[in-house]
Amino acid sequence: MRTLYQFHGGIHPPGNKEQSTQSGIARAPLPSRLVIPFRQHAGEAAKPIVRVGDRVLKGQLIGMPVGFISSAVHASTSGTITAIGAQPIAHPSGLPDLCATLIPDGREEWIPHAAPSTSLRTGFDYRNSDPAELRRQLRMSGVVGLGGAVFPSDIKLRPGNRKIDTLILNGAECEPYITCDDMLMRERAAEIVQGAEMLRFMLEAGEVLIGIEDNKPQAIAAMRQAVADNGFSFEVVAVPTIYPGGSAKQLIRVLTGLEVPSGKLPTDIGVQCFNVATAYSAYRALAHGEPVLSRIVTITGNVRRAQNFEVLLGTPVRDLVALGEALPDTDRYLMGGPMMGLPLPLQHGGAEPSGAGGAAGQLLPQAAGFASNVSQLPPTDIPLVKASNCIIAASGRLFPPAPPALPCIRCMRCAEACPADLQPMDLFWFSQSKEFDKAQQFSLFDCIECGACSYVCPSHIPLVQYFQFAKSEIRAREHDQQAADHARERHEFREYRFEREKQEKAEKLAAREQAAKQAQPAASANPADAMQQKIQAAIARAREQAAASQPKNTDHLTAQQQAEIAEIEARRAHIHELAKSADEAPDNHSEGRSQ
Amino acid sequence: MSALFSPFISKPDTVSAIMLRVLLALLPGIALYVWHFGPAILVSIALASLTALGTEALMLRLRNRPVRHFLGDNSALLTGWLLALSIPPLAPWWLVVVGTAFAIAIAKHLYGGLGNNPFNPAMIGYAVLIISFPAQMTHWLTPHGLGPVELGLLDQLKYMFVGALPPNVTLDAVTMATPLDTLKTRLHLDEPVGQILEMPIYGRLAGHGSEMVSLGFLLGGLYLLAARIITWHVPVAFLGTLFAAAGIFHLADPTHYAAPLFHWFSGAAMLGAFFILTDPVTGPTTNKGKLIFAAGAGLLTYLIRAFGSFPDGMAFATLLMNICVPLIVLYTQPPVFGKKAKASGKGKGQP
Repeated sequence: MRTLYQFHGGIHPPGNKEQSTQSGIARAPLPSRLVIPFRQHAGEAAKPIVRVGDRVLKGQLIGMPVGFISSAVHASTSGTITAIGAQPIAHPSGLPDLCATLIPDGREEWIPHAAPSTSLRTGFDYRNSDPAELRRQLRMSGVVGLGGAVFPSDIKLRPGNRKIDTLILNGAECEPYITCDDMLMRERAAEIVQGAEMLRFMLEAGEVLIGIEDNKPQAIAAMRQAVADNGFSFEVVAVPTIYPGGSAKQLIRVLTGLEVPSGKLPTDIGVQCFNVATAYSAYRALAHGEPVLSRIVTITGNVRRAQNFEVLLGTPVRDLVALGEALPDTDRYLMGGPMMGLPLPLQHGGAEPSGAGGAAGQLLPQAAGFASNVSQLPPTDIPLVKASNCIIAASGRLFPPAPPALPCIRCMRCAEACPADLQPMDLFWFSQSKEFDKAQQFSLFDCIECGACSYVCPSHIPLVQYFQFAKSEIRAREHDQQAADHARERHEFREYRFEREKQEKAEKLAAREQAAKQAQPAASANPADAMQQKIQAAIARAREQAAASQPKNTDHLTAQQQAEIAEIEARRAHIHELAKSADEAPDNHSEGRSQ
Repeated sequence: MSALFSPFISKPDTVSAIMLRVLLALLPGIALYVWHFGPAILVSIALASLTALGTEALMLRLRNRPVRHFLGDNSALLTGWLLALSIPPLAPWWLVVVGTAFAIAIAKHLYGGLGNNPFNPAMIGYAVLIISFPAQMTHWLTPHGLGPVELGLLDQLKYMFVGALPPNVTLDAVTMATPLDTLKTRLHLDEPVGQILEMPIYGRLAGHGSEMVSLGFLLGGLYLLAARIITWHVPVAFLGTLFAAAGIFHLADPTHYAAPLFHWFSGAAMLGAFFILTDPVTGPTTNKGKLIFAAGAGLLTYLIRAFGSFPDGMAFATLLMNICVPLIVLYTQPPVFGKKAKASGKGKGQP
């Protein structure tokens, strides 16, 4: 049996996973309205390539990836695009983002299966495909990390400067309540392991380790069976159940004993890590030509019917909540688990979405009655996206608010629980006193915000919130510093330019005078002539120096660089045209915004 | 109303519950104290508790802090108990009151209250008393069965509050110097250790009666370890260093230096190892730091006992090491994940 390693700290919160694993994955019914954000991945938002009124097919590309870190967005079903504009989404900022509203026609009509989907449906031979082409297909299929970070998978599969020894498939699922990966592994293990083999092929990785926490014996058995059935030499490893054992760096440590150096990527130590659901969607994308249109979401917590549903991306949370039958005392919904999840803003009737509703309810006694009525009001319209692994209905009974905080007594429980070997009590002290330099010096940015410290704190200090605050303050400060540096550079360059122009003018003037003088050869006997010649020589030298020190940036280019420039110019012209055409049809956008 | 931000769940543990368990862990020692020395200590503890809570409430009020919120954290109570257990049980009432009030008001609240005081408040209280009132601090009760007379509870109360002893009873008849103090005085008279320890006030390991109280504190300390309220670092490093220092001198010259076990079970060693040096607020926050801190305290305790002018060194050793805590913590920062000297493949293997 494989030697496993430990990481420092970790906690054992109650799992609460049984509730949602009683029945299998069910398919959620087609919603009456889908709201599909154009940014469901880390990086640049996809660019809308459909217009209001367009009829789209299931799987049709509606958002084109823009830039290096980006991914495609598709229509989750067939129907009509009725709006493109800013809509509330699940984000800590509470700010809305660009979304397409899709009214399904109920026909679930797929895109013409032109791509490899039909031709390669049986026995897709990825081994004879160019890995670059496979990566491009993943990007255009919108395959991103479904463990929660939603980082575009194609970028993680690019060859680096180091060979990948180990591909790790993350099926740990350490957060309490969440069971979507567990159920996916139980029911669709064969597709996951085939997807893993494709990922392994693209990475040219040596061994493949599939890490699953030992509280999921059925998933472990199913995955082992699938590996054996396919004749792969992957190893399915039962890892100890400990939070945050599913965090990539911690799982890598447990399985390989290696520590990803601070500020580096796993690939720097020859390891790459993918979530099991990502391997599944990579398989669907490559073998069947299916873009990522749905995902498994757990609905659990304060509900009558906790279960996993396969949900179309863009389905409003309220539809899933209705399937789970949330109990009447539900006062909030969390996206994600109880350790790191995000409380969703509540929408009261048709009013503006606001995250402050809950806070007001706790602070103001007269608002308490209002807050208790929340469950009768329609729950949130926030759409489920690629990052949504779980929706938890919360109530005061299930998640009682922490008692008021006491001062830190430096009991070290947080340091004992920290999986990043940090000293949270010191970081708290520095964050509270706004000694951000010290906080940074004490490795604040190595904090993974897992919440283990807050969980164990006997003084109930919201440590993670302090660390998030300190991090954002430091980032803002660095941003300001950069802006100031930039402004100073521009100012200095402007001064320099003025100086240079002045000098150039003077030179021109001198040259003109010189030319005029040369037109009068009689003046050559002038005693000032020797002096004049010296000046001329100095000007010539100065001009030479100026020419040497400021070559134009288009000089001395290779043929390849010139070709690139031409290409960029062509692209610019294209964008210019697109912008023009967009200007000609401004009603599309304004219509979306006005809603 | 549910929790507002992540994590939405937390371990049901509170400062008040932790302090309460530390108080409970003191009970075996207190019970043995009562068994061997009579109930006066209970009166002392009660007096210290009342003073501690009263001073805490007053200071919170003066500092505009929510009184009820903080008063329930049990930390003031613990300071009071530790101080009461460190001073002679038959001390006059005002000695307990002055020491406790000073500990809470000056050593704790003037530095910012719970969590902010650099020095152990109980030990500050003790230091103030032993420097200001050295005479009153030497009147330790004689354990049961050793003195010519024994005071009942009423007589003890009467002495503590009014200062009056029953007729025909002198203070010397019911009190004595501590075993540590006696050893020190007699050693100055050039008596060998072996002969001194033959005296009736000594038991098997150390002072008759007081060695049992130390054993009670050891028991309570083991409970704190089992309940994971403290870690092994402080008691092991403190007792280990004390043992090693005493052992070296004892081996070199057994007629002048008592055995290590004598030092373990004398004075406040056990109380200090498990209840005083383990105070999280005034101790280091790194495991390596705890080892250095407690080892330093062990060495200082021994040096003060063997060569200093005070009978016991626990309080001053604690305070001296408290001063060093920020420096110790700064130089014992554990390596952060991914910043270790080498990300070695070695780890605690699991089968």
